This record gives sequence, C-alpha cells and structure tokens, in this order.
Amino acid sequence: MAGCRVVDPASGTSRLANVVIEGQTIRSVGEESAGLRIECDGLVCGPGLVDLSTHLREPGREDAETIETGTRAAAAGGYTAVCALPTTDPVMDHAGIVEQVLRLAREAGHCEVVPVGAITRNLDGAELAEMGAMHAAGVRAFYDADHPILSAQVLRRAMIYAKTWDAIVINHAEDSALTRGAQMNEGPLSTRLGLQGAPREAEEIMIARDLLLAERVGARIHVPHVTTRRGVGLIAEAKARGARVTADVTPHHLVLDESVLEDYETRFKVRPPLRTPDDIAALRDGLQDGTIDAIASDHAPLPADDKDTEWDTAPAGSTGLETTLAVCLTELVDAEAEPDDRGAGTLSLLELLQLLSVGPAKARDITEHGQAIAAGRPANLVLFDPSRTWAVDATSMETRSRNSAFDGRSVRGHVIHTVLRGRFTMNDGRVV
Amino acid sequence: MRDLLSMEDLSAEQITRILDTAEEFKDLAVRPIKKVPVLRGRTVCNLFYEDSTRTRISFEVAEKRLSADVINFSAKGSSVSKGESLKDTALTLQAMGVDAIVIRHSAAGAPRRLTEWVDAKVLNAGDGRHQHPTQGLLDLFTIRERLGHLEGLRVAICGDVVHSRVARSLVQGLATMGCEVTLVGPPTLLPPGVESWPVQVSHDLDSVLDALDVCYLLRVQNERMAEQFFPSAREYARIWGMDIERLRRLPEHGIVMHPGPMNRGVEISADVADADQAVIVDQVTNGVAVRMSCLYLMLGGEQRSGEQR
Repeated sequence: MAGCRVVDPASGTSRLANVVIEGQTIRSVGEESAGLRIECDGLVCGPGLVDLSTHLREPGREDAETIETGTRAAAAGGYTAVCALPTTDPVMDHAGIVEQVLRLAREAGHCEVVPVGAITRNLDGAELAEMGAMHAAGVRAFYDADHPILSAQVLRRAMIYAKTWDAIVINHAEDSALTRGAQMNEGPLSTRLGLQGAPREAEEIMIARDLLLAERVGARIHVPHVTTRRGVGLIAEAKARGARVTADVTPHHLVLDESVLEDYETRFKVRPPLRTPDDIAALRDGLQDGTIDAIASDHAPLPADDKDTEWDTAPAGSTGLETTLAVCLTELVDAEAEPDDRGAGTLSLLELLQLLSVGPAKARDITEHGQAIAAGRPANLVLFDPSRTWAVDATSMETRSRNSAFDGRSVRGHVIHTVLRGRFTMNDGRVV
Repeated sequence: MRDLLSMEDLSAEQITRILDTAEEFKDLAVRPIKKVPVLRGRTVCNLFYEDSTRTRISFEVAEKRLSADVINFSAKGSSVSKGESLKDTALTLQAMGVDAIVIRHSAAGAPRRLTEWVDAKVLNAGDGRHQHPTQGLLDLFTIRERLGHLEGLRVAICGDVVHSRVARSLVQGLATMGCEVTLVGPPTLLPPGVESWPVQVSHDLDSVLDALDVCYLLRVQNERMAEQFFPSAREYARIWGMDIERLRRLPEHGIVMHPGPMNRGVEISADVADADQAVIVDQVTNGVAVRMSCLYLMLGGEQRSGEQR
C-alpha cells in the first residue's frame, strides 16, 4: 500500500507511509516497498472498522439479509469485524446456532463475525440461555437485542453469572411499560403528528437501573445506542465512579433529529426513536469527552414490503454498514482539518477512527481488530478516499435490504480497499 | 386544493371558502330533489380501515348528492383481512381509475402515505390520533351558523384531547379563525407538548364555564379507564362532565357540542344532550354539506360550476 496517509488511533499518530503486508500481518509501516504495489496516493489507511451491532438475520429472515450479503455490506463499508446480534430464527440462544453462524461467516469470508449470544432463551426475558455453552463456542458478550430485560432480578442474575467468564452484558434500555404503543420521541411533534410518543425517561430509567445493578455486582456492562442527554450524563457519572461500563451511539442518532418524521417516511423509523437537536448535541459531547466508546451502525436490514406501509405497522430499523463511515466523516469531521485536529468539526479523523475501530474492539475484547497499524500486527485495514463525494442510493448496496435512513443523502468518504488478515475483501471499490 | 390531509394545511381564506360553499350546499338539503350533477362521471372511493358508520354514511350521502359514482371499501371481510397491504389496495384503486379516495385509518399519517402511491386526490376522514379535518370544518361551520361569526369567540374543548384527532383539527381550525381556545381536562388526557399550542389549559371546568361561547365535549372512551387515565367514570363525570347545572352557568347564547357518539352520563348528561343549547344534531346535518363542499372544491368542481350549478 504505497503512499497512504496512515491514520492510527491506537498510537494516536498520522503520517504518510507505505504499508507492507506479508501473509496475514503487517511487515512494515514506513519507507519500505516490497511485493505487489498498490498505489494509495490520497487515501487514508486506518484500522479495519468494527461494528458492535449488526443484525445479519440468517438463519430465519434470509429475505432481509444473509450472512453472505450482510458481510459483503460490511466489507464494502470498511468493516473487518461485526458483532452479529442474536435476532435470528431460531434465536441465537444456544451453541448450535452460534456454530452455524460462525461456519456460514467463515464460508462467506468477507469479514470476521463475532456472535453475540442471547441472555435469555428465545429473548423472552425470563430464563437464562446457556451462556457457558455459547461462551465455549466463541461468544464473549450477551444481549437480548431489542428485547429489554424488564426484570431487574433476571438481569442481575445474568450479570453475576456472566462474571464466570468476565463476559459483557448488554441490555436494550427501554422500559416497555412506558413505551407501549409508542411510535416516536414524545414531545410537541409527536402530539402534532398524532403518533404516540416514547418518553425519554423510558430509556434513562433503564440505563440508571442497569448501571446500579452492574456496579453493585461488579459486572461489565455495555449500554447500546444511547439517545438522550440524561442517558449520556448517567454513563459519564458511572464511569467517573469507576464502573466497568462502555457505551455506543448510532450514526442516525448523531445526525438526524425527529423533525425528519414530518412526512411519515418509514425509513426514519428506528428504535430508540430519533430525538431532538439538544440530544444530538449531548451525544456529540459524549463522543468528544470519551463517555461514549464507539459508534455502532445498528445495521437492521428489513425487506421493502415491511417498510412500504403505514408508519404504525412498519418495523423499526435502518441499514448502516455501508454508510456509517461516510456519514460520520461528512457530519462529524472537518474536511479541512489535519487528522489529529477537530477544526470546526465534532471529531478529528483520528478520533472518528478510534470510535469506529479501536473503541468497539476494546468494548468487546476483540483482540485481532482495532489494533495499531504497526509491524507484526494483524493486517486488518480500511483504505478510503476522504474527499470523494457520493450520493447514498439504497437500491445499489450490497445489503439485501433497502431501508437506509440516509438514502438520497450526499456524503463524503468512499471506501476503496478493505483488508482482512492480509487479504482484500474490498478491492478498488469492489467486494471480493 | 389537491388533497385534504390536515387542518394545518388550510388558511383562514380557504376555510372561509369551504364554509361559504358548504352553506350553498346546505340549502340543497331542504329542496325536494337533493342532488346536483357537479361530480357526475367522477368516481370516489370510501376506503375505511376503521369502523365508522357515521362518518362513512355522511361521506356517502355527500358524494351521492354531488352525483359521484361511489365505491365503498371496508377493511372488514375484505382483502385486507387476507393480509393485503394498504399500498396494494391503493394500487388496485389507482388501476381502476378512482378520482378521489376518502380514507379512514387507525394509523396516523396513512393518508399522507397514500398520496405517495396514487394519483387520486386523497381526503383524510380520520387517521389515528392525528387529524380529522372535515370534522373540524363541520364544527366551525356549526359554530358560525349558530353564533354568526368565529373571530374572538371563546371555546373550551373538554376531555380526552390526547387521543383525539377531532381536537387536533378543531384546535388548529379555531386558532386559524381567531378564536380563543381553552383545553380542559385531567392532565393525563392532555397531550405532551401542549405548551406549544395556541391554547390555554385548565383542569377546572367550573372556572371557565361562565365566559364561554362554545363548550365542546369530547368522547371519553371506556378503555381509557382501564388504562388508568382516570380512576372511574363517576369521578370523571363529577369533575369534567357537563350536566344541567353546569349548562345553566354558560352564557345564554353559549352552545354545547360533541362529535358523537356520546357517552351519556359520562362527559355529557342526558338532559344536556337533549337541551336547546346542544347543537349536536346540527353538527351531523352540517357534516354532509361540509363534506360536499370539500369534495367539490378538491375535484375541481369549480371549473364546471358555471355550466352546471
């Protein structure tokens, strides 16, 4: 990889260099030139991206996505590892499904898939799933995806039990008694549109509860897709107390506020719902001060028919793997600033790559990804053109589904190559 | 006017035009032949995804008096119960060349979505808890008819505002026409964000009664009790129900309105419902004229009016 701008958040450095790859690892980063030479003038070389929250849907909903199409989308978006959520059918709540997903992912070979096991059987929030067997099959984190665990007792037991392997427990923060029937963020707009609102406290109460439980039992907890100002505050306080907590936020919650719902466009229906500009400001502050550890795509592919309907009946979710880097680069990073400088943006390029790679890898104990770009390290890399602009077109993506909240938006930053253990998964703009 | 989706879309001039046109149509109802040929050859579909006998019949009468060809589609027992989506149903109607669709749906925004799928003009006959513009217009018509004007009137809307599309449409219509609106009811039944509305809020019906021109009572649904929005129907009736004693405290010209169907004994006592000051039956009558007016103005009847009216 000749002449690229190596932006390495693990060491906090940025320099022009050649990256020489030998086998599955990086041989050198510097002046050396050897082997097949790929001209990378003008490209940024960063660590391969890591996604904390990807619905791959297979087995069960192959009409929405398969492991093949989902991991192709990941490669196209610059990801070398994605955490696959247990929202499969049957649910990923036992070792057999974990093994099946890992096998299919290996066969596809477009990126590493890190399975996230269910906390409870069938995601019903009642009986614990066999975490031990899943751990033995390769699971390091447990999460009931968008099914919040309402019983504090069940969650507490799960946290204590997960300590056996120091595994991470993740809980969708939503008190569903408060959000029953809810269709969007509660406020003047929900009233005007006649859509029932989800009060922000539904999220904040659960974050507070889960943090209290985790701190008491000394468990590791991850708070997914934070969306409110107070939610960020609660996490910051817990971190200040020394709690073992990490958190993520999605690109759509960082960029879109509820005002886009005006025309009842169902591609903006996501869960948690889009909030307000004030919340967006707080989420961005949380990225800057380290309260939030990662930006997660929350890639949730859905078949077109599911979304092309009345708002109430449309399921929530947006695809994200192929747009996250560009959307974040466009909206959060100042195009004119140096890689280590925020300039007029929310984040420096180094900070963005930290949040898309190093941060998420650490939050899941994924040691092969999010590493320094240095000799001897695994060659998991993304190379992108930071200045190339393109229009998001949901119909021409690798993912099988079309429900992108960013469809039609003009963005900056185009992935050219993705390298997984020394091998191209995306080469010259094409998924391999 | 292309579609009629929300009272929000209408200016004071447009509302006045609809009401004025409705007045002309209302005269028709007292003639022996209650029909004009202005929509002859036009096809209107009443697409009802939610049961509503009153509204559907009112639209059907309005359409027939305008000589339109009418198709009634009710979701119950139709292809919808076999799982057909709104979009597919809409495309079917489109393929059959329907000129206008009157839609009632339990999902807020469904009429808005419909406009993306069909060329036919869309008239919202009630969507979820969002809007019910023709109800708001017929209410404005009834108030103007009875009190002579709209501007400066003091109107209280009492009861379940949070779940009421009628209230949303009416509040906007009244505000556009320059009325002073007070919402009255328990805080659990007032919508979040109400502070941003052009209204006053009160939780005490008795304190607002003697200054009112119009007291508009909303239907309180029994299931709200099960959901604990208030403890019991009796308690609701005692604090927020309109009974004959409260009626006497209204100014002499004050009127009582209700969109129907009424829960007698809860939000309105039987004797108030039948009192002279209650204009609830007028609202129903006026509904036909207002709906005729909307359909006529939407379907471009004005160009044809010279020759045929």
